[in-house]
Amino acid sequence: MTDRLDGPQEPTGDATVAGGPSPEPHHRDHTATGARTTRTARDAGAEDENRDAPPAGGGRKGSDAPPERDARTGSDTPPAPGGRTGSDTPSERDARTGSDTPPAPGGRTGSDAPSPRVATGGPAAPTAASARTARLGPSPRLAILFLLPALILLGAMVVYPIIYSIFRSLYDAPGDTFVGLSNYGTIFSDPSTLTTIRNNLIWVVVAPILVTTLGLIFAVLTERIKWATAFKLIVFMPMAVSLMASGVIFRLVYDQDPDKGVANAVITTVRDVFGSSTGYPGARPRENDQSPLVQNGAVVTRQAVQAGQPVALPLVGIRPDALPDDAAPAKAPAQSGGGLAGTVWLDFAPGGGGQAGQVDPNERGLPGVTVEALQNGAVKGTTTTAADGSFSFTGLPAGEYTLRLPPSNFTAPFNGLSWLGPTLITPAIIGAFVWVWAGFAMVLIAAGLASIPRDALEAARIDGATEWQVFRRITVPLLSPVLLVVFVTMIINTLKVFDLVFVIAPGSVQQEANVIALEMWRVSFGGGNNQGLGSALAIFLLVLVLPFMILNIRRFRREQQ
Amino acid sequence: MMTTATLDRTVGRQAGAPARGVVGRVIDRVGGGLVQTLLILIALFWLVPTLGLLVVSLRGETYNNASGWWTVFTEPAQLTLENYSNLLATGFTASFWNTVFITVPATVLVIGIAAMAAYAFAWIDFRGRDALFLVVVGLLVVPIQIALIPIAKLYGALNIFGSIASVVLFHVAFGLPFAIFLLRNFFAGIPRELLEAARMDGAGEWKIFLTVVFPLAKPAVASLGIFQFLWVWNDLLVALVFANTDNQPMTKALQSQMRQFGTNVDILAPGAFLSLIIPLVLFFAFQRYFVQGMLAGSVK
Repeated sequence: MTDRLDGPQEPTGDATVAGGPSPEPHHRDHTATGARTTRTARDAGAEDENRDAPPAGGGRKGSDAPPERDARTGSDTPPAPGGRTGSDTPSERDARTGSDTPPAPGGRTGSDAPSPRVATGGPAAPTAASARTARLGPSPRLAILFLLPALILLGAMVVYPIIYSIFRSLYDAPGDTFVGLSNYGTIFSDPSTLTTIRNNLIWVVVAPILVTTLGLIFAVLTERIKWATAFKLIVFMPMAVSLMASGVIFRLVYDQDPDKGVANAVITTVRDVFGSSTGYPGARPRENDQSPLVQNGAVVTRQAVQAGQPVALPLVGIRPDALPDDAAPAKAPAQSGGGLAGTVWLDFAPGGGGQAGQVDPNERGLPGVTVEALQNGAVKGTTTTAADGSFSFTGLPAGEYTLRLPPSNFTAPFNGLSWLGPTLITPAIIGAFVWVWAGFAMVLIAAGLASIPRDALEAARIDGATEWQVFRRITVPLLSPVLLVVFVTMIINTLKVFDLVFVIAPGSVQQEANVIALEMWRVSFGGGNNQGLGSALAIFLLVLVLPFMILNIRRFRREQQ
Repeated sequence: MMTTATLDRTVGRQAGAPARGVVGRVIDRVGGGLVQTLLILIALFWLVPTLGLLVVSLRGETYNNASGWWTVFTEPAQLTLENYSNLLATGFTASFWNTVFITVPATVLVIGIAAMAAYAFAWIDFRGRDALFLVVVGLLVVPIQIALIPIAKLYGALNIFGSIASVVLFHVAFGLPFAIFLLRNFFAGIPRELLEAARMDGAGEWKIFLTVVFPLAKPAVASLGIFQFLWVWNDLLVALVFANTDNQPMTKALQSQMRQFGTNVDILAPGAFLSLIIPLVLFFAFQRYFVQGMLAGSVK
C-alpha cells in the first residue's frame, strides 16, 4: 500500500505512492520484515541515486521526504490501537520526529517528549496507549458529519442511478410498459448493437496489449538514454490533452489526401523511397499499324527489335500537364549507338502539328517508365527511362528482343489510405488511443522498473545472462504486478471508450466504428430517444466492468492486511 | 568482468549463456545507437500530431485547403493569427469561461468534500468503516454512462438541467470515489502521534483536520487537484448531456463544429489548441504531482 515507485527512471525523479495498490513485491517484503534500520539505509541510498539522475529530482527532495516516510510508517501500523506499540521504541520515534520537522511546528516535539509512553516505556506501554486512545478518540458520531456531504452525493448520484437504471432497463422507450428483459434481448440481436459489441471486443483484445507492450518497451529503452526525462514528457503529454482535442488532432493526421494528412504523407514518402511511384494511368499507344500493342495491360513492341536499331515507343492518352515536372523534351532515337536503346514519349504536340509516331520538337519524354527486354517470353533486362524519355540496355547479349512496358507503369498512383473509411476506422481510432495512453503505461512501468533490485539484475548479468534473458526471466516477472495494473486499467478504459470514437469517426462511418458507450449515448440522447435500451446498455457496461471492480476490492483488501 | 567473459567462452553455448566478450560490447554500442534513433523516431511520432494541430491553427484557410501543414517550414509566410481572431469573434470566449466556471468549482468542491470523508475513513473509528470504504473502492470503476439517464431525470425534477451547476455537481459526485481513495490512503499514513498530540492539547476533530492533517496532505491534494482539474476540463460526455448551449464548455462547442470537419478546420484547429493549452501548461508545471496521483490511484 505504501510502496514508493520512485527511481531514477521516472520523469519526476520521484513518485511517492501515497497509498493505493502496491504492484511491487520487493518493497513490501522489506516493510513486512520490519527491519527499519536496514530499510532506512536502503532508502537513503536510493534517494542519493535519484538526486543524481533526473534534473527534476534534486530540489524537491527535501520537502517531499517526510510525508513519504510517514506514509510508509503508517502502513506498518494498523489503525487499530495497541498492535503497533511493541515496536515503537523511543529512539526510533525520535528518528522519525527528526525527519518530520518541516510540517510540524517546533512545539510539537516538546509536547511529545514527556509523554507517558516514553517515561514508562517497554511492556507497560500498550495498556497506557489504548487507554489514552479510548479517552481521546473522536466519537463515532462525528464521523457522520465528516462523511455526510460525500455520502449524500455518492448515494444520490452514483448508487441510486445504478438501482434506477436496473429498473429502467426493464421498461420500454417511454418508460410506461414493463418489458422484462427484452431490452437486453435487443442488445444481443439488433445488428447495430451487435456491431458495437464486436468493436468493443476488438478494442479490448487489441488496445490493452498494444498499450502495455509499448509502455514496457519505452520504459525499458529509456533506461539507456540520457534524455529519458524529455522523452517521457513527450510521450506522456497526450494525457493532459482532452480526447476532444486529440480527436481533432487525429482527424488532421488521418486526412486521406497525402498532401494534407501526415499519416498518408509519410506512407507515400516511404513508398517513393522504396519504389518508383510515377505512374501514367490511361497512357496507351495509338491504334494504328506502326504502334506498339497492348497485351494484358502491358505495352509491347509489334516487331522484334535488336541492338543498333532504336525503338520508338510513342504513347498517348495522358494530358501534357499531368507529366512530372522533370519531363524534358523527348530525344529522338539516335541511329548510332551499340546497345539496345529507344525512347518512350508522349506523342502529342501541344498546340497541334507534329506527326504520329515521330518525335516532334515540342513533345516531351516520359521519365521513370520501366522498360523490359524479353526473349522467348523471359525477361532478360530491365531499365528505366530518363527525363527525356530515352532508355538503353547495357550488357544485353546481341539478339532479337521484344520490349515491354509492364502494367505497373500504368496503374493509378497511390492516393493514400482511407483511414477514416469503414474498414480502417477502428484500427485508426485505436492508433489514437495508443497515442494517448502509452505514456501512462510507460510511466507506471518505469516506476515499477526503478524499484526492481539492481543487485538481482547484476547477479544475473555476472552469471552470464544476456540482456534479453535478464529482461525475459527477471525484469518481466518482477514487473508483472505493475503490468497487470496497467493492463486492467486499459481494459476498463477500452470498455468505456467514447470520446475518441465519437470525435474521430465521421458521421458517415460512425455506425461501423460504434462502441457500447457511444451507442448508449446515441440511443438515449443522440436522437435514439430510447432510454429503456439506453439503461440496458449502461447496465451491460457496468456488468462488463464488474469483474475489475471485484478485482480492485480484493486487491485493496489484500494490501490492507 | 574479464573472468566471466573467459568463463563464458570456455563453458560455451552448452550452458545456454552466449558469450559476452568484446563482440557483445560492440553489439551493445551499436545497439545503443539504434535505441537512440528508435526513440527519436518514437518521440517524433508523439510530437508531430500536436505540432500539426498548432501549425494548422496558424495557417490561413486557403493554405490549409491547398497543401500540407509541413510546407510551412519552407514557406513561413503562411503563418497568421487570423484564425484565432476569427474564432474569438464567434463567441468562443464564452465557452472558454464556461469551462473555467465548471472546472474550478468542481475541483475545489471535490477536494473539500473528499478530504472530510477521507479524514473520517482514516482517523475516526466507527462501525462499518472498512466495509463502507470498500464500497468507495468499488465505485472507482463505475462508468458514468450508468448515471446519465437517472441524473438527467433528477435534474429535470430539480429544474437545474442545462445549468453550469448541474455539470459541476455531476463531476463532483463522480470525482469523489477516486478523491476519497487517494486522500484516505495518504491521511492514513500520517503518524498517529501527530493527531494524538493535537488531541491531548485539546484540539477538536475539526481543528485537527484543518490545521494538522490537511496542511500535511498538500502533495496528495495537489495530485488530486491536478487530476480532477484535467478530468473536468477535458470532459465531453457530461457536458454533452447536461450543459445547454449557453453553458457549454469548449469541448462541447468544438464538438458541434465537427460535423463539417473539412470546412471548419479554421475554427476547430485554433479552438482545440486553445482548449489544450491551459491543461498543458498545468501539466508541465505540476507533472510530478500528476505522476504521484497516477501511481497512487492507478486502480481507477
